[in-house]
Amino acid sequence: MPQILLPAMSPTMEEGTLAKWLVAVGDVVKPGDVIAEIETDKATMELEADDGGTVTALLVAGGSEGVKVGTPIITIAGEDEAETPAAAPAPKATMEEPKAVSLPERETPGDDNAPVAAAPAPDIAPGTTRRQTVREALRDAMAEEMRTDQTVFVMGEEVAEYQGAYKVTQGLLEEFGGSRVIDTPITEYGFAGLGTGAAMGGLKPIVEFMTFNFAMQAIDHIINSAAKTLYMSGGQMRCPIVFRGPNGAASRVGAQHSQNYGPWYASVPGLIVLAPYSADDAKGLLKAAIRSPDPVVFLENELLYGQSFDVPEGDHVVPIGKARIVKAGTDVTLVSYSIGVGVALQAAETLAGLGINAEVIDLRTLRPMDTATVLASLKKTNRMVVVEEGWPTCSIASEIMAVVMEKGFDDLDAPVLRVTNVDVPLPYAANLEKAALLKAEDVVTAARAVCYK
Amino acid sequence: MVLIRRFEERAGQLYGMGQIGGFCHLYIGQEAVVVGLQAELIKGDSIITGYRDHGHMLACGISSKAVMAELTGRAAGISGGKGGSMHMFSVEHGFFGGHGIVAAQVPLGAGLGFAHKYKGDGHIAVTYFGDGASNQGQVYESFNMAELWKLPVIFVIENNQYAMGTSVNRASSEDQLYRRGESFRVPGLQVDGMDVLAVRGAAKLAVEWVRGGNGPLLLEMKTYRYRGHSMSDPAKYRSRDEVQAMREKSDPIEGLKKLILEAGHADEAALKAIDRDVRDEVAEAADFALETPEPALAELHTDVLLGTY
Repeated sequence: MPQILLPAMSPTMEEGTLAKWLVAVGDVVKPGDVIAEIETDKATMELEADDGGTVTALLVAGGSEGVKVGTPIITIAGEDEAETPAAAPAPKATMEEPKAVSLPERETPGDDNAPVAAAPAPDIAPGTTRRQTVREALRDAMAEEMRTDQTVFVMGEEVAEYQGAYKVTQGLLEEFGGSRVIDTPITEYGFAGLGTGAAMGGLKPIVEFMTFNFAMQAIDHIINSAAKTLYMSGGQMRCPIVFRGPNGAASRVGAQHSQNYGPWYASVPGLIVLAPYSADDAKGLLKAAIRSPDPVVFLENELLYGQSFDVPEGDHVVPIGKARIVKAGTDVTLVSYSIGVGVALQAAETLAGLGINAEVIDLRTLRPMDTATVLASLKKTNRMVVVEEGWPTCSIASEIMAVVMEKGFDDLDAPVLRVTNVDVPLPYAANLEKAALLKAEDVVTAARAVCYK
Repeated sequence: MVLIRRFEERAGQLYGMGQIGGFCHLYIGQEAVVVGLQAELIKGDSIITGYRDHGHMLACGISSKAVMAELTGRAAGISGGKGGSMHMFSVEHGFFGGHGIVAAQVPLGAGLGFAHKYKGDGHIAVTYFGDGASNQGQVYESFNMAELWKLPVIFVIENNQYAMGTSVNRASSEDQLYRRGESFRVPGLQVDGMDVLAVRGAAKLAVEWVRGGNGPLLLEMKTYRYRGHSMSDPAKYRSRDEVQAMREKSDPIEGLKKLILEAGHADEAALKAIDRDVRDEVAEAADFALETPEPALAELHTDVLLGTY
């Protein structure tokens, strides 16, 4: 009896929510009929039947969250086996216990919050923090700033009607309308320039790039038009604009879609460059970025969008230019940013088991960089490893190593090491990709090496 | 026009004396374009152009001293000496640069128009670029969005026939540049850019169209630069005769002078007096630009960012 397994509906999807069944046991379906709505971290997708037949069992209840890709979800008996009665096999029982309270209304994008918010976080005092994904935190940051400042608007590909290619702008069109949430043609160079001109003209644009890989086509405006104008005009002409979007490797999308531009932008005077890891920093820094009078490059990470963190309620603004000690420690300092922070934390856990107490620093801002926090930590631990999801050459890691050499040499008990991606364009094959990307094991090895353990 | 002409001649001399560094692109021959257009704009409208920008600044009413002092890299320059010939701005005068990257000002200008529309202030943006810039992809990206969103923008192609050393027909499959907006439904007009009254007439029509909420319009101004592309261009790609013929037959200043005299608006003496005043002003600007001090060394580090982080 053919079973249908939950399919992966995006390159990064590992699990999904079976929002709603559109068929019931006993229904006859034709090829192409929509049988269910599956909610991924990015969108609500319709699942179609490939073959016709009679539904004999729903193996996962409607509303179930966290269904792993590859889980059998329905059986449909082909025409010849159609006699098999609706009296169905064992797993049917699962249908009886609906795990989630009330999920399915995701189509109305404006209705404030996605699933996590719908299920209240019980163990947190109300009004202080709430559990949110990075994606939701970013959306809230934009919405809150747009509510208080009429000159703030969002433009980019698919930001409005589609609700965001990665769903980051979900609901904004409904709340703010088409004059402030603007779908652009696929024309990065053009709309980056247009946004920059609008900033010169007194507005505060948020320009979304579907990914920063595509911003390569627009980099002239980011650097030559946005970053340099204040200086070239002797301080007369401001350009308060935020360029944001996912940066770095996603998953199995190959070399042209997987690059970390942090070091590129961080090398440019006149730009602010932010690359947060957690949802609370994502929200607080994006709000700070929108309020900043300077041009900001805001680097997000697709793989972090779906991760949840505690986010303070209210007007949560995080200062630009301040690193965060994510985990205090005494034996070695692991410095990272963006998705690398997760890798560093994972390594720190392993190191703890080996008797090494690592301190983990999240830079959060790549320019202007908080070298004081890095150097203060080095003074305490005397050992440092830089962890970066990106290439090693001319990287943020290189920069930190240079700073430590210049200003922290006397505090060093071992050479600073860097753990990064391998110095090749990112390959597609799963095994090669895995081999090329930053790994916690390598961080552990490097940390042990600088501790001589 | 006379002010721009004399100013640029003087700038050329200062360049020759080593008092102006880097690149210096003179506007001599093209004066009618910016003067005719500016005559139809009102305070609050925005203008933006490329690196051949001295004339635009003077036409916006920016002081010749501040422009000349920028050319000599002095603290009293309009950009405090930090921008130079190609990078000058005056927000106060609605002049948004002065941009050194060919055609970058086109989407930026569309963005200025976007800001006017967003704010609903009734103002428009004028973005000037050359025939060379008109082959850049971002120009068409801008046409597309400007028409799609009906932005109040006048795109002005200053077709001076040569993109550095490459003539229009050697670089453009469609050399009738006013037609370059057609596939985006941006209407275009070709105008004699050597005739300031023709320019003004076209500008009047364009301003009405754009201010009336009809979306962008493209004006191709057929003009000519007498000097090389920049001061370092020997201009071997065209004959002296060609330049000379243009000067003799189509010079915008001589053309207008003839009309003024014929119509009896002023006599030779009155025009000479204007010329003398202009020469005095330019001489004063040049003296000022040479005497006023260079920026303080501390200025090296200012104006990188506005915020403190």
